Amino acid sequence: MASARPAASRALAVVAVAACALVPLAIVLVSSVASRWYWPALIPSEWTTRAWRYVVSGSGGIATALVTSGGLALVVAAASVALSLPAARALALHTFAGKRVVLFALLLPMLAPPLAAAMGLHSVFLRAGLADSFAGVVLVHLVAAVPYATFVLAGTFAGFDPELEAQARTLGARRWSVWTRITLPAIAPGVALAAILAFVVSWSQYVLTLLVGGGRVLTVPLVLVAFQRGGDEGVAAALSVVFVAPLLLLFALAAPLFEDA
Amino acid sequence: MPISAGIAGDAVMTPAQPRLAAMLLPALLVVGGVFGLGILEVLRQSVGMSASVPGGSASPTLSHYLSLFHDREIRAALGLTLWVASISTALSVVCGVGLALGLGRSRRSLRGVHTLLQAPLALPHLVVALAAMTLLAQSGLLARAAFAIGLIDMPSGFPVLVNDRAGVGIIIAYALKEVPFIALVATTLLARRGEEYDELARTLGASPWQRLRYVTWPFLAPGVGAAALMIFAYVFSAFETPFLLGQPFPAMLPVVAQQRFMSPDLADRPAAMACALLLTAIAAIVVRVYLTAAGLAAGRDRPVLF
Repeated sequence: MASARPAASRALAVVAVAACALVPLAIVLVSSVASRWYWPALIPSEWTTRAWRYVVSGSGGIATALVTSGGLALVVAAASVALSLPAARALALHTFAGKRVVLFALLLPMLAPPLAAAMGLHSVFLRAGLADSFAGVVLVHLVAAVPYATFVLAGTFAGFDPELEAQARTLGARRWSVWTRITLPAIAPGVALAAILAFVVSWSQYVLTLLVGGGRVLTVPLVLVAFQRGGDEGVAAALSVVFVAPLLLLFALAAPLFEDA
Repeated sequence: MPISAGIAGDAVMTPAQPRLAAMLLPALLVVGGVFGLGILEVLRQSVGMSASVPGGSASPTLSHYLSLFHDREIRAALGLTLWVASISTALSVVCGVGLALGLGRSRRSLRGVHTLLQAPLALPHLVVALAAMTLLAQSGLLARAAFAIGLIDMPSGFPVLVNDRAGVGIIIAYALKEVPFIALVATTLLARRGEEYDELARTLGASPWQRLRYVTWPFLAPGVGAAALMIFAYVFSAFETPFLLGQPFPAMLPVVAQQRFMSPDLADRPAAMACALLLTAIAAIVVRVYLTAAGLAAGRDRPVLF
């Protein structure tokens, strides 16, 4: 019967969805190239590449922050996968006493807010000589990232048949070739997804880096907030774009993996 | 045991306990160990047992917790935090479910819409908060639009929506991210259900409202409810958005905790720690409710990991 009304409400809903997704992105993009954008102009009256030239020049700690953020996220992604692979396999393929406790311990950081633990960890790391250091920040990012990686990989292992490994072994394959030719190809999508998630968790982290890094370990979001607070909205906007771009790219890469993994 | 049901097949040889322990230990040490150490330290400092903090002593005291309840700043923060978390959650559920219903269930275009709904998930709260600032400030884009259509004459005619008392800016920034999230959950649930129940209710003469109330909502409630609890727990304890869009007093609880933690006066430390633990406890209760609700929704017979 009424086809006009659903069509209209549908169109409205699509516009609303697009607005939620695109308005924040459009705002930071336009702000990053706006030179004069005063009341009551709806679009900037003058444009500039100043903010982008500044960001590309890498001054103001931007280059260091990019290297630190990228390095952190890569180390955290690699370490998360390495730590999660055996744990996920044990959780997915075996029953054992105390499994509930293990699951709870791994889930805890995903559930409880990280703020409190980070505040305590700063003192603990001070005593251990890890406070305000790259290694300390890696450790606290791992606390946030490993649970995601473990649960993704546990899901992957749950769909993996270990009989295949046994057959390969019966046929004379050694441990290493069983791993590289049977296990790894079977779980590869899960490994990629786990690595991407861990990278994203580390890359977008703000408050953990701030508290445990004590302002010494400067990542992209920290520098971004510093420019915002310092009143340079153009550079803050350009940095926002730099901050968001890898995340959008990785989400696009991860979308098909979600189905495979 | 619902945990293990259906996960371990009979054909799999369970390795000896030491080997299993070796597989689990690295992840457990890094996650549970480091997290646990942090929480223990917070607990220790919050009861005043820290040599490096003034007033620290060997015997624990609950005075820092008790003083939280007499602290005007903390009471105001708790009120604001509960308000912002409840309103953000309610707004996200109402608008998100509304959006999902508006989008309907035609499978043809669901993919494109899904991609759009997922995009905000990729945006960090920090960036959304910065964009919200440009959008909502008294001389921001919305105010300019209001000026362009003649609603206001000058910026001061526009309501204060950023760094405001009621946390409106914070709520809107959260809604920008969480409305698409709820809509994503709801469209997925709707697509899985199909149209038959709705058709049946229509044939039986149910009004649109009755169909929503008695047919669609009961179907959406478990999944959307769980997502709503996650949003509540997140908003309750997240730092970035209220840090950028809130005002100094009253601030939200996570911001107060962070400010007291960063304070050069070390005497503020125990209160910061007590505040952080209060936050953790409330979030933990919400999560507990979520896990119970999710367990009930999933049914006891299904193999679930947790």
